[in-house]
Amino acid sequence: MKEQKKNKPVSKSNKISRRALLGGVVAAAVLPVNSIFAKHIQTAAPVAPEPLEDPTKVIGPGPSAQGKRSAFEHPVRKFSETSSRSPLQDFHSTITPADLHYERHHAGIPAIDPQKYELLIHGMVERPMKFTLAELKRFPAVSRICFLECAGNFRGGKEDLTPQDILGLTSQSEWTGVMLSTLFREVGVDPKASWFLAEGSDAAVMTRTVPVKKAWDDAMVVYAQNGEAIRPEQGYPVRLLLPGWEGNMNIKWLRRIEISDEPYMTREETSKYTYPVKDRIRMFSFEMDARSIITFPSYPQKIMPGWVEIRGIAWSGRGKIVKVEVSTDAGETWQDSGLQEPVLSKAHTYFRHLWQWDGSPTEILSRAVDETGYIQPTLKQLAEARGTAMGGYHMNPITSWQIKADGSTWFKPE
Amino acid sequence: MKIKIVVGTVLLGLILFHHVIAQQPPALTSKNEVGHPSRFGFGRLATTTEIALWDIDVRPDGKGLPAGQGNALKGKAIYTIKCMACHGNNDTDLSKIKPPAPLLVSDTLAKSRPKAIGNYWPYATTLFDYIRRSMPYNQPGSLTDNEVYSLTAYLLYANKILKQDQVLNANTLPAIVMPAKKLFIMDDRKGGPEIK
Repeated sequence: MKEQKKNKPVSKSNKISRRALLGGVVAAAVLPVNSIFAKHIQTAAPVAPEPLEDPTKVIGPGPSAQGKRSAFEHPVRKFSETSSRSPLQDFHSTITPADLHYERHHAGIPAIDPQKYELLIHGMVERPMKFTLAELKRFPAVSRICFLECAGNFRGGKEDLTPQDILGLTSQSEWTGVMLSTLFREVGVDPKASWFLAEGSDAAVMTRTVPVKKAWDDAMVVYAQNGEAIRPEQGYPVRLLLPGWEGNMNIKWLRRIEISDEPYMTREETSKYTYPVKDRIRMFSFEMDARSIITFPSYPQKIMPGWVEIRGIAWSGRGKIVKVEVSTDAGETWQDSGLQEPVLSKAHTYFRHLWQWDGSPTEILSRAVDETGYIQPTLKQLAEARGTAMGGYHMNPITSWQIKADGSTWFKPE
Repeated sequence: MKIKIVVGTVLLGLILFHHVIAQQPPALTSKNEVGHPSRFGFGRLATTTEIALWDIDVRPDGKGLPAGQGNALKGKAIYTIKCMACHGNNDTDLSKIKPPAPLLVSDTLAKSRPKAIGNYWPYATTLFDYIRRSMPYNQPGSLTDNEVYSLTAYLLYANKILKQDQVLNANTLPAIVMPAKKLFIMDDRKGGPEIK
């Protein structure tokens, strides 16, 4: 009961529409208002029950309408005004609980009535059409496990960073929906079409241009995440899913697709999700290159001499992970780790490597290899290829953890 | 080819029939589409009014630009009231003040920071498209087309790309060549052993 009371501010806050929150304030006050809203959510952590001396002597609570995480477990996203990061160090396998999926949105989370929802597909088509949510669900459904990752998923610079801090802008779900190709056949896409615009119905009316080729390959229009309806912050009721491609393109709250024969050059694909490569600026970087990180041991965990199972995740936007190599001697030598089956294309893949730590200080690293033969690079290799002003997008360097003599683990800044 | 017409209006039925004669759909190749008909007949035709209501995008070639016009002088007045609180006064020394929203003015190329319209935006049409769909941040979609033309004109003027009295409309906006356009290259990464 105590817990329910604690949770109340959240449901109350959710009833206030974003527009009502923002409507009456001057522009300069927008960001602080968001902060106040966010603090309400932060106070809603469950309170642990009094631990029982002997749980076998007291009858516990019975079944309920909706389960909760153990009150002794507190995995939380770390959030700012515009994004939240998944607690990768708290996960033991690769499906991200939906309430811990990372977020990045550009003008808040819209509240969309599923009864009124419609997806419009028009432009270079035989028949411009609208589909309700119920109609989208009538089409043959497909489920797919794949990762999402923000193209700006990279932090460094200091030792006290957790995996969540460094690259928590990636998560994985099982998504269910209809293949975009099925919808494209339904509207009769012009064979001369080469691009399509995807548009969200958030206050940013987010837009990105996507090659039509991706629709014929593996793009989906999805309405379910890990078996249930998509979370509001993931695009409820419907989002675009482009397996392996940068998160921003996977338009949430999808309301419109326009088929075209040239790209639209939207703000996000020109002035934002682009990066300097030597004296040029690289645009339309869609695929997320292969990457990995050791999530155990990692800061602020501590290990003891003896057997340690090094654990982590690896992924590639270009296909399957074929190998994750681990080094326990600061990159001198590398051994193949074990990959948890099944290894899926464009999906987080769990790796494990058994190591006997002798108690001497060292560094541990992992590097992913994908089915195209791409080997996760060092930061130095990326800088050599792109120049030192390479910016923060599509950075996937090898992450190194320092193990000190006392067993404490620290990120190694470069 | 087997066609299943589930939505039963006569009009839609005729269009479905016409479709099959007129166009060969791409082959059903994906493993997810084995056994599918060429169409399911779900959904309905969108009306031109419905499309016009949502179709607010603008392409670099000017497709999608509405009627109307604006200039930098009018734009500056709107900017002062509706944009400056977040984006700052573009006349102020940028090194001293950091507004909450991205800075918009910079008149030199690539090397200079921060990234702004003058040194980092490859297409002028993007400004119109973005301002119209999502600005001001606290009142998105509230500007008239003329106001958006004027704001676009002002921001181009402040970045030394447009003259103050130049009229911006559906003809003149797509003709503007942005200084940063020559810097942009398409992605050349392609997997495999090469680090790019």
